[in-house]
Amino acid sequence: MNIIVCVKQVIDPEAPPASFKIDAATNKAEMKGAAPVIDPYGEYAVEAALKLKEARGGKITILTLGVNLLREVVKKPLAMGADELILLEDEIFTSGDNGSIANALALAIKKKGEYDLILCGREASDTNAGQTGPAIAELLGIPCIILARKIEPIDDKIKVERVNSLGYDVIESPLPAVVTVSNEVGQPRYPTIKGIMAAKKIEPIIWKAGDIGYETGISNKTKLQKLFQPVHEAKCEFAAGETPEEMAVNLALKLREAKIV
Amino acid sequence: MSEYKGVAVYCEAKNDKILPIAAEGLGIGRKLAESLGQELAAVIIGDKALAQQAIAAGADKAYVIEDAQLKEYQPDAYISALEKAIKQIQPQIVILGQTDSGRELVTRLAYRLNTAATLDCVDLAIDTGTKRLLQTKPVYGGNAQAVIITETDPQIVTIRTKAFAALTPDASRKGEVVSIPAGLDSSIIKAKIVNRVVEEVAGIKLEDARVVVAGGRGIGSADGFKQLDEMAKLLKGAVGASRPACDNNWISDTAQVGLTGKIIAPEVYIAVAISGSSQHMSGCSGAKTIVAVNKDKEANIFRHARYGVVGDWKKVLPAFVQKLKEL
Repeated sequence: MNIIVCVKQVIDPEAPPASFKIDAATNKAEMKGAAPVIDPYGEYAVEAALKLKEARGGKITILTLGVNLLREVVKKPLAMGADELILLEDEIFTSGDNGSIANALALAIKKKGEYDLILCGREASDTNAGQTGPAIAELLGIPCIILARKIEPIDDKIKVERVNSLGYDVIESPLPAVVTVSNEVGQPRYPTIKGIMAAKKIEPIIWKAGDIGYETGISNKTKLQKLFQPVHEAKCEFAAGETPEEMAVNLALKLREAKIV
Repeated sequence: MSEYKGVAVYCEAKNDKILPIAAEGLGIGRKLAESLGQELAAVIIGDKALAQQAIAAGADKAYVIEDAQLKEYQPDAYISALEKAIKQIQPQIVILGQTDSGRELVTRLAYRLNTAATLDCVDLAIDTGTKRLLQTKPVYGGNAQAVIITETDPQIVTIRTKAFAALTPDASRKGEVVSIPAGLDSSIIKAKIVNRVVEEVAGIKLEDARVVVAGGRGIGSADGFKQLDEMAKLLKGAVGASRPACDNNWISDTAQVGLTGKIIAPEVYIAVAISGSSQHMSGCSGAKTIVAVNKDKEANIFRHARYGVVGDWKKVLPAFVQKLKEL
C-alpha cells in the first residue's frame, strides 16, 4: 500500500501560553524561545500509516509544505519509520490561504502519482481548521473520511472507525481515499536510534511552485483580516480563609449564595 | 456576487426535533439577516414537520429536502443534497453547526460551491463598510483568535456549540415552506457508513451536563478521580479531565476536555488541579462560570476563573463537599 502523509512544521503548541506572541504587523504568531515541532496531530497520521505498513507492507511518503523548515524537525516522521520525504518549500506556497495550500498539496500528490491512501491529522495545531484533508479529497475527486481511530485494509477497500460524540461509525470506502486521523488512533511512537540514523541518510526531495505547476493566488478565497489574543481580565474572587478547609467552606457558601450550585 | 442574497442555516435534527445548535444558528442568522436587510432561510433534511420548529426559532422560510435515501445519514449523499439546495436558494451566508456531521460536510460542500468555509466560529458580524461576514474563530489551540473574510459567495461557516444565543421559540410565527427534491443517485455514495456504534456512558453525558467537575495532572491517580466522581454525582454533573490525566490513564479518553477532546459549555465548570493550558481552555472557555481549585496562585486557570481557592485539592474538596451537603 502506498501511503502519502501530509504533516507540517508548527510553532510548539505545548509551550507555555505566556510565550505565545503575535506580530500585529504581519499577523503571524510565534512561541518565544521554543523551537518549532512537527504538528502533533500530524504525528497521529504518521502513526496510523506506520501501523498499516506493519500490517500490510508498503511505502510511506511524507509531504511537508512550509518555509524555514528545520531538517531535524521535518525528518522526525522518517525517524519514526517513513520512507521518503517531499518538501514543498517555497514562500509562494505559504503566502496563500488554506485553500491554496490544499491546492499545492493536491498538485504535489498528483505529480507523485501512485497512491492508495492519503492521511492527514484531524486538524493542524495552528489553524485548528480541519479542512486540508477534505479539501485534498475534493481536489482529487476521491472519497474522504474524517476523524479515524482505526484503519483496516480489506482487499481493495478500507474499513475505518470514525470517532463521533456517541461512539464511532464504521465506514467502508474504495481506494484511493483521504482519511484524517484522530488522537484515539494511539500515541505516536518515539523514533528509535536506528530510525534516527536511517533518517539522516535520506535526502528530502524539494519541489518549488514551478515543479508542480502551481500558480499564485488562483485558489485564494479567504483573507485573514486580524489575528489577536483574547484578553482575559483576571477577575477571580478568591475564597478567604486561614486553612484550605476554611476556604472550601467559604467557597461553598459563596457558590450557593450566587445560586451557582 | 450580487445574485447571492440572504442567510441560510442548515438545521440538523434528531428525534423529530431541530438540535439546539440549529436554533443557535437561526438566532445569529436572524441578526445577520437583519443587519443585511435580507431574509433568513432554514434548510432541513428530513421531515416537513421540522419546518415549523425552524420558523418558530426565527426563519422566514424553510426549505425541506425529503428523500427516502436521506433517512440514514450518509455524508456523501448529504453533501449532494445540500449542494443542490444551496444552489437553488443562493444565499450570501450559509451557517452549519460544528457538529459530528457539520464539520464533515462543510469543507466539501464549500468546494462543490466553488467557495470557502471557516470552521468553529465563536463570533459572526457584518462589516459595516464592505457588508462581508467577519468570521471569528479560535486558532493556535485557543491562544489566539483569527478574523477571516471569505471573498467568494456563499460565505460558509460552522458555529461552535453554545457560542451564540437562540431566540425564544415563537410558535405563532409564520413562514413559507418550500420542498426541494433531492434527486439523488445512490452511486454518489462512495465512503459508506455501514454501522453506527454507540458507546454507553454511565451517568450524565459530559456535553449535556449542567455542572462539570474536571481534574488535571495534579489529581495524581485514578483514585483521585473517584473523589471527583462523587462530587459530580452530588452536583448532578459529569466528570471531565485534562489531557495529561487521560494520557496517564487515570480516566477514560472520552472524558477529555480540550482541543483534542470535547468542547463543552456547561453552566458551571469546576477545574480541580488543572493548570489551564490554552489547549484545555479552548474546550471549556464557553462555560458560564469557572471555579478553580489549584495550589499555584499563578496558575493560568485563575485568569479564566470567576471563583477560586488557592490550596491543595485533597484538603479543599472534602470540606467543600461536606459544606454543600449541609447547605
